[in-house]
Amino acid sequence: MSFLGLSFAYLRDRALNTVLNIALLALAVATLVILLLFARQLETRFDRDAQGIDLVVGAKGSPLQLILSSIYQADVPTGNIPLASIEILRQNPSVAKVIPLAQGDNFRGYRILGTEHAYPAHYGAALAEGQLWAKTAEVVIGADVAKGLGMKLGQRFIGSHGLSADEAAQGHDQAPFIVAGILKPSSSVVDRLILTSIESVWDVHGIDHDESGENHHAEDHDMAPEVTALLVSYSSPLAAVQLPGFINRQTNLQAAVPAVEITRLLQLVGLGLDAVRALAVLLMLTAGLSIFVALYTALRQREGDMAMLRVIGASRGSIFGQMIFEGVALAAAGAVLGVAVGHGVVALAASNFRQLAELGLNAAHFESGEVWIVVGALAIGAFSALLPALRVFRADIADTLTNSR
Amino acid sequence: MAIGDWHQNSGNHALVLGPSGSGKTTLINAITGLITPTQGRVLIDGEDMTALAAPARDSLRRRTIALVFQTLRLIPALSVRQNLALAQTIARGRHDDAAIEALIARVGLSHRIDARPRTLSQGEGQRAAIARALITEPRLVVADEPTSALDDANAMTMIDLLFETAAATGATLLVATHDTRISSRFATVLNLQAPS
Repeated sequence: MSFLGLSFAYLRDRALNTVLNIALLALAVATLVILLLFARQLETRFDRDAQGIDLVVGAKGSPLQLILSSIYQADVPTGNIPLASIEILRQNPSVAKVIPLAQGDNFRGYRILGTEHAYPAHYGAALAEGQLWAKTAEVVIGADVAKGLGMKLGQRFIGSHGLSADEAAQGHDQAPFIVAGILKPSSSVVDRLILTSIESVWDVHGIDHDESGENHHAEDHDMAPEVTALLVSYSSPLAAVQLPGFINRQTNLQAAVPAVEITRLLQLVGLGLDAVRALAVLLMLTAGLSIFVALYTALRQREGDMAMLRVIGASRGSIFGQMIFEGVALAAAGAVLGVAVGHGVVALAASNFRQLAELGLNAAHFESGEVWIVVGALAIGAFSALLPALRVFRADIADTLTNSR
Repeated sequence: MAIGDWHQNSGNHALVLGPSGSGKTTLINAITGLITPTQGRVLIDGEDMTALAAPARDSLRRRTIALVFQTLRLIPALSVRQNLALAQTIARGRHDDAAIEALIARVGLSHRIDARPRTLSQGEGQRAAIARALITEPRLVVADEPTSALDDANAMTMIDLLFETAAATGATLLVATHDTRISSRFATVLNLQAPS
């Protein structure tokens, strides 16, 4: 029986109190962990997916919607734009790169994106197996798609109209796709996409176009080839000044700057996050106060025990250490439980809310900031025990023995 | 309070007898090094308790003295076995399960070895408290009012148990009490007077 054993015995002796304090601290830690995971992963994702994309050109509508749908694949597109707009941009000397996108279909919830080979190259997505698409109907699937659906090379499948699986969609059963390649994980939006050529998307829609009504405008009926959006990189900083204005003056085009839209979005979300974070810190302090009260009361009740231990030869240091350890052990249990609960909640959220999964919320990922949350919780535990433990140094043993029970 | 020179030999159990307020507890505290006498010295096994610094006093007390308290002071969160193990770890740095079980058997508590102190009867608790004091193999066992809360029969049983276990472990008893019922059991009695 050591002093550490004694700490655990005391904690067990007031089990209800111990469990309540652990739960209180765990809740605070879990809230902070969830916020951290959510905010950091969102930010990392936003930054990484938008990297190198200076401008998005698409149909008129909400610029935020255009950014979300074309860069993050997380909202419906604003509409289609004429094919000719690709050439207009490519002829502009201040444009370095134009990647066209054609959207509209999905396979079991994973979006099928018509584009060019430059798209996976832009995100640094390398092939794990097979090769990039060469002929129409050939597709390359992202790592998450391959894992999530268990798809193999050479597998044929039929896309459904619409952008998510839960829409009551009709299949394009006359035009199956075939898996030509599988990409390595790139921690970007590409992981969750099925990539193919723009012509493949046209093929699917060109034939039975009249049956598929949604998201299409009246002028689509002439079946002129269109794309959904263009991802543009500048070759000179000057382009930032003149290009957006030039595009917005075109009758049916709009230009949206990812950096501007995402900053605006994060500011909106950030206000809410800050408020919740403040509440979580308050909760953590409450947990600390509760541990403090519990340890303080407990020590008052066992002043006699402590004096007895001192009389039979325990040093001040070992009794002080025993008290501090009790607070730290309590906090450690709360912190570990809190981190587990936090990740569990994120996992639940990601599996139940499609939008969160689309934004790449990953419960298995640990942030370095979590270490600081845990350290903070341990510090609160140690600090709560400090004041009661310091009484050990001030207490007069002979006095305590005479006056306590 | 003041006493003259007083020498207690090893194996010579002694009683400090006096009414409340006569200084029994003060004397015990001085002997165990919890307080320092204003004059004079306390020698334990040849070492001067009064001349030592606090940590050295703790060490001397740890090596040579054990206490039996009137209110027992068993730690309620620990079982009888764990109470003994903790005391032995503090005094000796490690605990010895065989010795603990043997001593608990000697005081007749084997069937309650894993019980919590608050579930023990008064008599069982006293046995456990005596066992805890003796598990550290002290030279001197100081017992403060071990019998004053007990009826006649239990008081005698308590003294018998103290004598018997002290003999078995080679410890010397120093009992402080106002309980005159047990004075006939001791060869050496130090009488303290109430302050006038």
